[in-house]
Amino acid sequence: MERAVESRTIDLAEVRRLMARATGDEKHDESSTSTLDALAVLYGDVLRVDPANPSWPDRDRFILSKGHGPVAYYAILAHLSFFPEMWLDDFMEWGGKLGSHPDRELVPGVEASTGSLGHGLPMSIGVALALRAAGRTEQRVVVLTGDAELNEGSNWEAILLAPALGLTNLTLLVIDNHSSSVQMGPWDAKLEAFGWSTHVVDGHDHGALRTVLTARDELRPTAVVADIPEGEW
Amino acid sequence: MVSGHSMRERAGATAAELLDEDARVVVVLAEISTGQFGRALRAHPDRAVNVGIMEQTMVGVAAGFAMEGFIPIVHTITPFLVERPLEQIKLDFGYQGLQGTFVSVGGSYDYTSEGFTHHSPGDVQVMLTVPGMQVVVPGTPDELEHLFRATYANGHITYLRPSTATNVESREVDIGRLDVVSRGSRATVVAVGPMLDRTLAAVEGMDVTVLYVTSVAPFDADGLAREVADGPDVISVTPFLEGTLTPMLTSALANRPTRFTSIGVGNDVLREYGTVGDHDRARGLDEYGIRERIGRVLDR
Repeated sequence: MERAVESRTIDLAEVRRLMARATGDEKHDESSTSTLDALAVLYGDVLRVDPANPSWPDRDRFILSKGHGPVAYYAILAHLSFFPEMWLDDFMEWGGKLGSHPDRELVPGVEASTGSLGHGLPMSIGVALALRAAGRTEQRVVVLTGDAELNEGSNWEAILLAPALGLTNLTLLVIDNHSSSVQMGPWDAKLEAFGWSTHVVDGHDHGALRTVLTARDELRPTAVVADIPEGEW
Repeated sequence: MVSGHSMRERAGATAAELLDEDARVVVVLAEISTGQFGRALRAHPDRAVNVGIMEQTMVGVAAGFAMEGFIPIVHTITPFLVERPLEQIKLDFGYQGLQGTFVSVGGSYDYTSEGFTHHSPGDVQVMLTVPGMQVVVPGTPDELEHLFRATYANGHITYLRPSTATNVESREVDIGRLDVVSRGSRATVVAVGPMLDRTLAAVEGMDVTVLYVTSVAPFDADGLAREVADGPDVISVTPFLEGTLTPMLTSALANRPTRFTSIGVGNDVLREYGTVGDHDRARGLDEYGIRERIGRVLDR
């Protein structure tokens, strides 16, 4: 089951310029840049959102579960005018709105306040159930985790649960930059075994990301493992 | 008002009624009480969800509903509701400014025969660490239903604590307000929820003021400052961890000399089974134990 592709121009050179504008002692460079291509595809081609009305009820929901490394996320939101670009200048500063983990109370377009690992996926199930209860059948929930974040047991509770609830409106996007110190993969085989419709793609390949992120299984939730080779950002 | 023999049953019946009455309400369970919620689970499959035995996810799922404007009611046995998923309560609800009600069952040592794994005398103290948390400890099923209905959609997160022990008579209770039960001069006794009846029996013949608290947070500091007896002693009698109420009492009475005494559940592992009454006796929380403690204070 597919739907019409969103089309919104994301100028990656411009996004990188905005990322550089976020000054401060950013501690999460790898985790920030590893998400850049996937976020560009999500916000350019997949998610239905309205920067002028971030709480538009018919929007798709995106939750950056890991919270870590949000600079690419902030830069894309600023690029789309969810908030003024000048906010990036105060990244992690007193009085600024952009911390090293995002706060939904401070940043338009941010659905969830995250940073403690393993919270986003369970919340995403609640959001997906809420959309279903409200009759919003077209809307999607996309939740992004890191591969190391999948060490957290709460994720595996949720990975067990989502297929049992038949949440076809939920997509789990795992940015696998092989950051887990303890090798616990392969993630795709495990997710498939838990009942998810699972895809593995090159995390830098926009076309491949677009194809799998717009796909929607008719019975199962979708998992996309976006592979970023070890050592690459 | 619905009928119900215990506070637990009334809590379940009220939650099921709220599901019927208010389309914003959702119930999220983790296997416990699914029998009691059987009709609700069948009648409202989109808004009544049993996630299985996964408490972190239970709270996260409830938060997801709340992020979309629904009003969640979350329920399981106290340690698995309060202690195991505390970070989810603190962050997913407290940090994100969401509303919802956490309804426990088995406060302190109601599950006596299950052992310490199922005990949680520190539940109220733990919940008070969550930003914005209201804590409600009713003394009867009618009080529980009244307070549940008054708080479930008032924009806050609420910890609602039913217990096996109840008082015989219900009182006119409200969120943020304490109630004057009797007046005396030598000391003030603050009894919380199901401790009222045994406290009244314990102070029989003593010249003390007895105040009744069901709303632990918000706490009626003005009411305490106004109604406190002339005598210097203020004694709290709580069905949860001893000392939990002390910060509220000291704050409310900061402008007068006061001696504080806390009577509540000790923070130790009692390796006994038996009944709730057995545990009450062993911990000095039955009528006689409370009378002895208060008597010692008055004899000082």
